[in-house]
Amino acid sequence: MAKSPEVEKPNKAFGWAARDSSGVLSPFNFSRRGCTLATGEKDVRFKVIYCGVCHSDLHMVKNDWGTSTYPLIPGHEIVGEVTEVGSKVQKFKVGDKVGVGGMVGACHSCDNCANNLENYCSKMILTYGAKYYDGTITYGGYSDTMVSDEHFVIHIPDNLPLDASAPLLCAGITVYSPLRFYGLDKPGMHVGVVGLGGLGHVAVKFAKAMEVKVTVISTSPNKKKETLEHLGADSFLVSKDQDQMQAAQGTLDGIIDTVSAQHPLLPLISLLKTQGKLVVVGAPEKPLELPVLPLLMGRKLLGGSCAGGMKETQEMIDFAAKHNITADIEIIPIDYVNTAMERLVKTDVRYRFVIDIGNTLKSSS
Amino acid sequence: MAKSPEEEHPQKAFGWAAKDSSGLLSPFHFSRRETGDGDVTIKILYCGVCHSDLHNVKNEWGFTMYPVVPGHEIVGTVTKTGKNVKKFKVGEQVGVGVLVDSCKRCESCQQDLENYCPQMIFTYNSFSQDGTKTYGGYSDIVVVDEHYVLRFPENLPPDAGAPLLCAGITVYSPMKYYGMTEPGKHLGVAGLGGLGHVAVKIGKAFGLKVTVISTSPKKEDEAINRLGADSFLVSSDPAKMKAAINTMDYIIDTVSAVHPLAPLISLLKLNGKLITVGLPEKPLELPIFPLVLGRKLVGGSDVGGIKETQEMLDFCAKHGITADIELIKMGDINTAMERLAKSDVKYRFVIDVANSLSQ
Repeated sequence: MAKSPEVEKPNKAFGWAARDSSGVLSPFNFSRRGCTLATGEKDVRFKVIYCGVCHSDLHMVKNDWGTSTYPLIPGHEIVGEVTEVGSKVQKFKVGDKVGVGGMVGACHSCDNCANNLENYCSKMILTYGAKYYDGTITYGGYSDTMVSDEHFVIHIPDNLPLDASAPLLCAGITVYSPLRFYGLDKPGMHVGVVGLGGLGHVAVKFAKAMEVKVTVISTSPNKKKETLEHLGADSFLVSKDQDQMQAAQGTLDGIIDTVSAQHPLLPLISLLKTQGKLVVVGAPEKPLELPVLPLLMGRKLLGGSCAGGMKETQEMIDFAAKHNITADIEIIPIDYVNTAMERLVKTDVRYRFVIDIGNTLKSSS
Repeated sequence: MAKSPEEEHPQKAFGWAAKDSSGLLSPFHFSRRETGDGDVTIKILYCGVCHSDLHNVKNEWGFTMYPVVPGHEIVGTVTKTGKNVKKFKVGEQVGVGVLVDSCKRCESCQQDLENYCPQMIFTYNSFSQDGTKTYGGYSDIVVVDEHYVLRFPENLPPDAGAPLLCAGITVYSPMKYYGMTEPGKHLGVAGLGGLGHVAVKIGKAFGLKVTVISTSPKKEDEAINRLGADSFLVSSDPAKMKAAINTMDYIIDTVSAVHPLAPLISLLKLNGKLITVGLPEKPLELPIFPLVLGRKLVGGSDVGGIKETQEMLDFCAKHGITADIELIKMGDINTAMERLAKSDVKYRFVIDVANSLSQ
């Protein structure tokens, strides 16, 4: 008979979990593996200090994608301080500031893994809600401690504030990777960012640091001032304003589209210059309509991207540290998390909630 | 008052034109401009029948200006050259493809991408710089700015080589641009018609493994034994499609009918590229999740610039690549169009203009 979450592993742990697809989170006692057993010799154990609330967490607690198993502890923008390392760990020591993002395992033998693309490995293991090598379910960062194989742990440079850098572990890499892969990172280029939420606002900051001119494309005119003055975007397009969109046709080398809701692609494709690239990182559930003629006539492309490999994630964090890029966050105590989820549904946050785990997640025992 | 097609230019010309959206072609007298200083006049020998010609004569895209003389896969010989012409001499064999002019100044033109110039002028059914309409290759002569004329390689047969001027460049250009030419990689070609069969040949010449993806099982023998494809995938067979998931590095999608993209996207490996060169009338359904999870892309491409078209012709000459054609007389064009609508041709009709176009 399978052991209960509390006893299946040697070290007690405490977090908040969703129990069903209502998505409501509540205190949950469970356990984590240790670093002292043979299987833990490459593990890094750390005390969680902050954890970002990603929109994927919301999808998962509510089982929007149909893949959730309960109880589910979300959280894959996890930062903290190392408390223990396994005997074969080489990259980390006790006291290091570290982070874990969207994955905690991969096969290490396929082409993707060999090319530092663990995120595309067919056996990649998600940080939460997935089956680990030992058959147990992974639990995420809305918890007091975290254990991960060192391969999937990131160094957080000293000059990055832990709270505001947590979201980079998912939001950051999700936009950084395609800016690089699709070549939208050359100084002087003009890139559009569609949607100004967790992903979008970080995309603006990275692109600006790459000396790219940035236009934010949004349905909400009231975000304009903030976008230009605070985030540093060069211009703002209201996507529902036909005149503005028309005037901007053929001006963008690329677009990072962070919008998950169903939305029309034709207006975005029209904004692209010849040979422009529309990159989708949001994941609408249903197919979108692709107008083929505009793609052909301008030799344009539409490509996807999903997070990034470990090497690139470290590169992204180091880039962020060099350019002082962090997320704009609202720090919340753990017992606010259900309210935060409700506000997230309405995109009522500028621009990421981050849970103050270290100060507010305390086991009642 | 605007002059009639016969009178608007000094050189008499004769061809076949469609006069209305029935698409039926019939004899048509018109005229061509004087051979300008930078122009060559070409006596047309052969002209391929591209599926776009069919779409145009029937006004399926809604922008046909009748009367329309189609034809943009033209091979002929130079009969006159303007005084500034440097690239060609009288008697040389040349080709004309899909475009006959562009602005020559914009970024696209400067990058040898005249086909993407916003002021690009099509070989037929466009307005020339002088405001008169362009007429295509289902005719006896054509006058073209030398910049847009291709040198037709001597060792390419002019009849079987004519379709390369549209079909050939349409598949060659994206294969180069999207990096689909790495020997040993696996190319899928969706649709086995004028474009598809040339894509198979060019793919093999690049050293790729080629799989034809088609709804018609009866094309398999031909695809493998005659065209040289390595394998054949029946897209309407769910089991075969499932077995082929995640096996292709690239796919050229030549299909013009509205068709689902999801099955094709699933055939691609990580970082796979699906390039559409067919022109469906309506938007296609595009599932986003597979693109995101596999970092895959869907890209478009539209013929190619003049420099690249020449490069393609020279590549085909080097590798002995021509289209598989059915040579027809001008008088049979309407029957050919009917058969083309049913994809009843292996794989391109070519009009023997010089021998069958008579007034």
